[in-house]
Amino acid sequence: MSEYNFAYLDEGTKRMIRRAILKAVAVPGYQVPFASREMPMPYGWGTGGVQVTAACLTPADRLKVIDQGADDTTNAVSIRKFFQRTAGVATTERTAEATLIQTRHRIPETPLTEGQILIYQVPIPEPLRFLEPRETETRRMHALADYGLMHVKLYEDIARNGEIATSYAYPVQVAGRHVMDPSPIPKFDNPKLSDSPALQLFGAGREQRIYAVPPHTQVISLDFDDHPFVASKAPHACALCGDDGSYLDEVITDDAGGRMFVCSDTDHCATRRAAGHAGTQAEAIA
Amino acid sequence: MSGAHPLLSVQGLTKSYGARRGCADVSFDLWPGEVMGIVGESGSGKSTLLSCMAGNLTPDAGAVVFDTRTSGPRDVLAMPEPERRMLARTDWAFVHQNPRDGLRMGVSAGGNVGERLMGVGARHYGQIRAQATDWLGRVEIAAERIDDRPAQFSGGMQQRLQIARNLVTGPRLVFMDEPTGGLDVSVQARLLDLMRGLVRQMGLSAVIVTHDLAVVRLLADRLMVMKDGLVVEEGLTDQVLDDPQHAYTQLLVSSVLQV
Repeated sequence: MSEYNFAYLDEGTKRMIRRAILKAVAVPGYQVPFASREMPMPYGWGTGGVQVTAACLTPADRLKVIDQGADDTTNAVSIRKFFQRTAGVATTERTAEATLIQTRHRIPETPLTEGQILIYQVPIPEPLRFLEPRETETRRMHALADYGLMHVKLYEDIARNGEIATSYAYPVQVAGRHVMDPSPIPKFDNPKLSDSPALQLFGAGREQRIYAVPPHTQVISLDFDDHPFVASKAPHACALCGDDGSYLDEVITDDAGGRMFVCSDTDHCATRRAAGHAGTQAEAIA
Repeated sequence: MSGAHPLLSVQGLTKSYGARRGCADVSFDLWPGEVMGIVGESGSGKSTLLSCMAGNLTPDAGAVVFDTRTSGPRDVLAMPEPERRMLARTDWAFVHQNPRDGLRMGVSAGGNVGERLMGVGARHYGQIRAQATDWLGRVEIAAERIDDRPAQFSGGMQQRLQIARNLVTGPRLVFMDEPTGGLDVSVQARLLDLMRGLVRQMGLSAVIVTHDLAVVRLLADRLMVMKDGLVVEEGLTDQVLDDPQHAYTQLLVSSVLQV
């Protein structure tokens, strides 16, 4: 612990990142460039989110790290350990108890509250990237709010699949201005982005961008009048806790077509089971 | 709006690439419903002129005054970029020589035609698709090919798709850069026929840059001949082609192969 500055990064770097965060909060949805540092983990493992977390952490914080909703997968465990060792902060798996949550690809089911910070790991921050390859052009399009192209992508989806088939990283418009990639969260989570009491920060390490959705900001998922946005999920209830309103993972259980649907948010599922809820296969793991 | 102003008025347009002259001191007026042809050999500055007018290049000097629907004649070069972009996708159209430059090759034909509509705020899938289908019909592309990508189209079809994509918002001014370049003669003839029909039907004004005198003979009302970045002769198409005055124009006209 004493070998590192608090939360691994030196104070100058943290200050630089905080400046970028302040700018991002001031212009919701705008991608602020920042001088991303090398982190002791590979790109794609959350280097952007880790840097934002490091810049936001205080010794009094309680940190929760989730990966695809789960607290116990490699990415979540290693990042949690990283901050335990380098910052010595308390950690938790309970969404309600955490003051700072770093997440990869999910928003917790438990509604966030005022004072919490949700930090997303972002692989590709530019929503227009696969439509317009030139960075100079995408920046200009953001500057001019020239977002017709985003609808061309949705049009193509409907033309090919009969519905908007984009199911994750679904483009949103923040505060009526910037179109933003909400990181690869399932579109089921998109409505939770809007008017959240918590501060939401997005960090992309390789692409060197930070953006933000301040508390109580309107976030709208793009759609067509006759093909409105639908926050879809698997039409099942969780096999462990019985919840039919949470986002589900499909788990293959054998090689004979056996499968079960369980909550992707492990904390949500465990809390419900502790409270006595049970799904169809609850006894299987008990 | 009113007939008192030319639709487009180009005044003293000049563009040089370092010491080399792109085009120099070009001025002309284009009236509503009129088709202007610009001819000249390769390197004569006609494409530079077109790009400067259409806002793809920034000229060194001059003005391009367009008679906008809302606020009358305005210098396009002095417009803020959002307005210019809006103009470029509502009242203007640009048909590139190579359809690959003007189309999105990874997007279906319907998406290509619908892009301008969505760019100006259309948010109803059914209506966008209906308009795209209608326009594919007008440029003689079968409706069942609406979900095919342009890469699956022939060269002539790609060019027709590009025209549909440009005309879908009902522009008043079309810039065309060698619209028939790279097509074989029978396809060229059909395309010219189609363009002539559309121009007359919609009452379009157009500026057509080409080195093919047959194209301007068919489409253009007036003709401008360029050489080394300068306009050497200007007049009614038939007058210039049948009675060329400048030595270079005479050379150009006499160079056309007779079959």
